[in-house]
Amino acid sequence: MNEAIRQALEEHGRLAVSVDTLTGASDLYAAGLTSFAAVQLMLALEEKFDIEFPDRMLNRKSWASIDMIASCISELKGKGVAA
Amino acid sequence: MSAPLDRISSVVAVAARHAEEVDREARFPFEAFAALKDARLLSLLIPVEFGGDGARLAEVAEVCSALGQHCASTAMIFAMHQIKVSSLVSYGAETDWGKRFLRRISDEQLLLASATTEGGVGGNMRASVCAFEREGSDFCVEKRGALISYGAQADAILVTARRAPDAAASDQLMAAITKDQYTLSRTGVWDTLGMRGTCSDSFILTAKAPTEQILGADFAEIAAQSMLATAHLLWGSVWYGVAVDALVRAQNFVRAEARKGGGGLPPGALRLAEASTKAEAMRAALKEGLARFECAQENHEDLNSMSFGVRFNNLKTFASETAIDIINHALLITGISGYRNDSPHSVGRHMRDALSARIMISNDRIYQNLSNMLLAHRLDPRLS
Repeated sequence: MNEAIRQALEEHGRLAVSVDTLTGASDLYAAGLTSFAAVQLMLALEEKFDIEFPDRMLNRKSWASIDMIASCISELKGKGVAA
Repeated sequence: MSAPLDRISSVVAVAARHAEEVDREARFPFEAFAALKDARLLSLLIPVEFGGDGARLAEVAEVCSALGQHCASTAMIFAMHQIKVSSLVSYGAETDWGKRFLRRISDEQLLLASATTEGGVGGNMRASVCAFEREGSDFCVEKRGALISYGAQADAILVTARRAPDAAASDQLMAAITKDQYTLSRTGVWDTLGMRGTCSDSFILTAKAPTEQILGADFAEIAAQSMLATAHLLWGSVWYGVAVDALVRAQNFVRAEARKGGGGLPPGALRLAEASTKAEAMRAALKEGLARFECAQENHEDLNSMSFGVRFNNLKTFASETAIDIINHALLITGISGYRNDSPHSVGRHMRDALSARIMISNDRIYQNLSNMLLAHRLDPRLS
């Protein structure tokens, strides 16, 4: 899953640094993620994982690192529901 | 100390007396600010423990509206100052320096300005070219082409910059710097259609100050959780004040016509009714926004949510467009009398001042953000 998130970040995150330099816990906002790019990233991940992020996950914290994004996706996939 | 609204009446009278001159000469409303300082209204939002009133944002909004009915420039400067104070109360009170500074703002009734835009970022507050450069226990910053409202008259400035010279443009922090710590070199003069008394000149700002004056939170968080809501609520309250005064003038005009006419509705009466509906909707939106903001103070999840962002972006576009719409109605109702600058029904200054509402943070930029958010955020169909 982390590879898929990294690929989506590379394509949609518009980061100031290469995704390869980031660890799972790196602060994506410090790496240049803007709220605009976060939405584009979210749409790409919804398409890729066939999920829908509910409103409670649409906040700054949920998108702060690769690990945080992965845990949101795991939660959604684990439940087997879209929203 | 008496309630804020009891202390505002004398200030309003001073602001009203000098409003025309402030507008005509595009000069700072010195008299109104001397009166605001005398009434200790610059520390309204500062907690009582630091010498302020610990007022609710709704009380500040009421003052903004009251001032807006007489001098939009005074009202807008007052609003901008309070937005800065609100950020400091939320994010500056954790450090010793921050606590001392809040106390100083109360004691000396300091006026705070903001330097958040600069040349090269196209009006986007959430990106910086300049950076904080650390030198021992101090930092230096040079911000070029910054439009700083009442920069020359302020006692302190809250300035944004990238975290460090190697940080991304959006990775910003905010620092509070006092007049003795910065120099401003004016590069452009504020000569505009309206809001002329805000003296929003352009400057090169250079500063050196201790690093403890850099606020602990990311500017992204300050912008989203403090500035977004307070700015749109207080600006909206100013515009409401401007619009409602134009509407009162229109109503006076219609009533005078009705008295002269001897029966029947004057032609403007229907438009007055229509505009009063718009004013009521604007008032309701502001009051609902103030209530939502107050609730969110207790619930940081909400403050942080996308629905909160959507709500306050919507408030800004709605309030700015409705204010202009109301004044446009007032102009149609009052006709030539409203168009004149020398009549009691004049709404020319109202219109010129309110035209700034759609472009101070361009509504097009806000609609762009909003449309991006609406790709993610689901609209809430519930009424409550």
